[in-house]
Amino acid sequence: MRGGPEVAAPHSVILPHGNFRTGLAVRCDKTRGGRVMDWLTRFPHMNDDTLLLLKKTIDEGFRTFTRAYGDSIEAFFEPLQYFLIQSERFMTGTPWPIILLIVAVISWLASRSWRIVASAVVTLLLIGFFDMWEDTMKTISMIFVCTVLSIVLGLPIGIVMARSDRLQHLVNPILDVMQTMPSFVYLIPVVMLLGIGKVPGLIAVVVYAIPPMIRLTNLGIRQVDRDVLEAADAFGSSGWQKLKNVQMPLALPTIMAGINQTIMMALAMVVIASMIGVQGLGQPVLKAIANQYFTLGVFNGLAIVGIAIIFDRVSQAYGKRLQKHLEVVHG
Amino acid sequence: MADTQASPANAIRIRNLYKIFGPRAAQCVDLVKQGMSKAELNATHGHVLGLKDINIDMPGGGIFVIMGLSGSGKSTLIRHINRLIDPTAGEVIVGGEDVVKMNPHDLREFRRHKTAMVFQKFALLPHRNVLDNTVYGLEVRGLPRARQEQTAMRWIERVGLSGFEKSFPNQLSGGMQQRVGLARALANDAPILLMDEAFSALDPLIRMDMQSVLLDLQKEIRKTVVFITHDLDEALRLGDRIAILRDGEVIQQGTAQDIVLKPADDYIASFVKEVNRGRVIQVEAVMRPAADGAHRSALPVPAGTTLDDAARALALAGRDELAVTDASGRPVGILAMADLVTAMVPPGDARKGGAGPAG
Repeated sequence: MRGGPEVAAPHSVILPHGNFRTGLAVRCDKTRGGRVMDWLTRFPHMNDDTLLLLKKTIDEGFRTFTRAYGDSIEAFFEPLQYFLIQSERFMTGTPWPIILLIVAVISWLASRSWRIVASAVVTLLLIGFFDMWEDTMKTISMIFVCTVLSIVLGLPIGIVMARSDRLQHLVNPILDVMQTMPSFVYLIPVVMLLGIGKVPGLIAVVVYAIPPMIRLTNLGIRQVDRDVLEAADAFGSSGWQKLKNVQMPLALPTIMAGINQTIMMALAMVVIASMIGVQGLGQPVLKAIANQYFTLGVFNGLAIVGIAIIFDRVSQAYGKRLQKHLEVVHG
Repeated sequence: MADTQASPANAIRIRNLYKIFGPRAAQCVDLVKQGMSKAELNATHGHVLGLKDINIDMPGGGIFVIMGLSGSGKSTLIRHINRLIDPTAGEVIVGGEDVVKMNPHDLREFRRHKTAMVFQKFALLPHRNVLDNTVYGLEVRGLPRARQEQTAMRWIERVGLSGFEKSFPNQLSGGMQQRVGLARALANDAPILLMDEAFSALDPLIRMDMQSVLLDLQKEIRKTVVFITHDLDEALRLGDRIAILRDGEVIQQGTAQDIVLKPADDYIASFVKEVNRGRVIQVEAVMRPAADGAHRSALPVPAGTTLDDAARALALAGRDELAVTDASGRPVGILAMADLVTAMVPPGDARKGGAGPAG
């Protein structure tokens, strides 16, 4: 059934799986009373040895790749590391009243609503009062960098995707994989390549959070009124002028919805990212899981909910304000 | 009268233009040239015949109206003039240059400097206010902002939108939005103005109003206006010359009077029946030759006067005969009140409806 013990040892993770299958087969044998129907009850799978060899070869290949290029890939992500550290230093190093003021000002500029500003400030005050200020700042810093990175990468990809149906057919399944693949799975190669730390965490979060940014940019640009585009063409607009004057402004509310989704998904990844060394509100939650500290978990969980609501309300209110003149009114 | 100030530089000549919609359009052109009909082409090849062998001369400086019902290909045709749609075969010559052969750069320059367009659904930029919409063509050309605004403000005022510069399109009524569309096109100061059912989305009173605005403007700007409409009254009112399109083919071209007096077939005749002929037909078309200036009692009326105006003048003067005079005031013909009234009544009515004046 299995390869020799010397082969199986490094892949001990798959062993329970193999045992389970064997157990099932035995039970079936009893009930059916014979091996005639064996291929029906047991899926005729690939030869175990071949499968093992396949997994081993891929793993070995990736390990070699890591050894050969790990350092240069790490160097490639150096600027991200710098960006992350600077952002975190700013968030944790700045006196809390100033941070509160900045949050209030941004909320006001984006939403023009005192209700949203007040709820943002109160939420942050409560978080601080329950001694979670430092972790919250680290999380916000992380989310900020993730969002910026997602916009910088996602916007151009979405724009290019909107221009080519073929590219859309190609990119969409990749985005599906990024969103549905359990995040632990792509944490493995990231950690193998870059070790434990902020940058691998950032990459894991961005992989998970960038699809809505790309999708909604693409959608927003594709939904731009054809008549208006035709008018832009009729006046001799170049491709860039069309993008700048017509497509981007008209797609902006949809793109804002994409940014909103990206932020929400990045927040959802905070706890998972903390498993590979990202600091912030995720780590106390992780500690709470390991030690069954109910209250610690709930407090930090509520803090995540709190900043999620702030981000959501502020960015949605901004998106709505952008839409003010965009609906076409006939009459 | 019809061809006002023909300036060949802005004239548009369309030659043997075909448009077939479908993936293998180029191969189907020959079939159509050999006489395959629209229905046959659709049934056997699944291609749609949009335009068939269009030949039109649009003199510079006049309003040329293309009239047709929906599906006749009129909106497709106007989009060939600035090549928003590529033809399958044929030439579109504007000021001696074939638009069909232009490369993308030249085409863009052509659209920036030679043409401006007004759309049925206005197609304004919803995120820009009236002023920023009006400058669009100039902005695309890269003019300095101060000049853009100066020109735009002049046209905003000219179309009667002063005070609304800072309003957004969704705060304006349909008629006002189309005024913005008109101002945007005029600010471009292009010699050719393409108007695709520009007034069709407006209600009748506002439409009449906008037609007057256009006719007033045209007196001073003298552009080559290509105007698309499905409304024959609008076509007759605006057009120096009119082409009538049906199923992608031109079935008649001529002045408003030509079309009313000599409809090319039953299809046009049935349209023309409902028209107010008195407003279209001019006195010289129905007069009798003058008999050596014998008619002293006749009221002198200049050639080019419509029957409506002539009848009004006769009634006011209390006479029953008029003398049509040429530019120098010499009488060239006479028209009696009875003949005038006969000419104003559609001939189809006399024969109790039917198919109209066939032949």
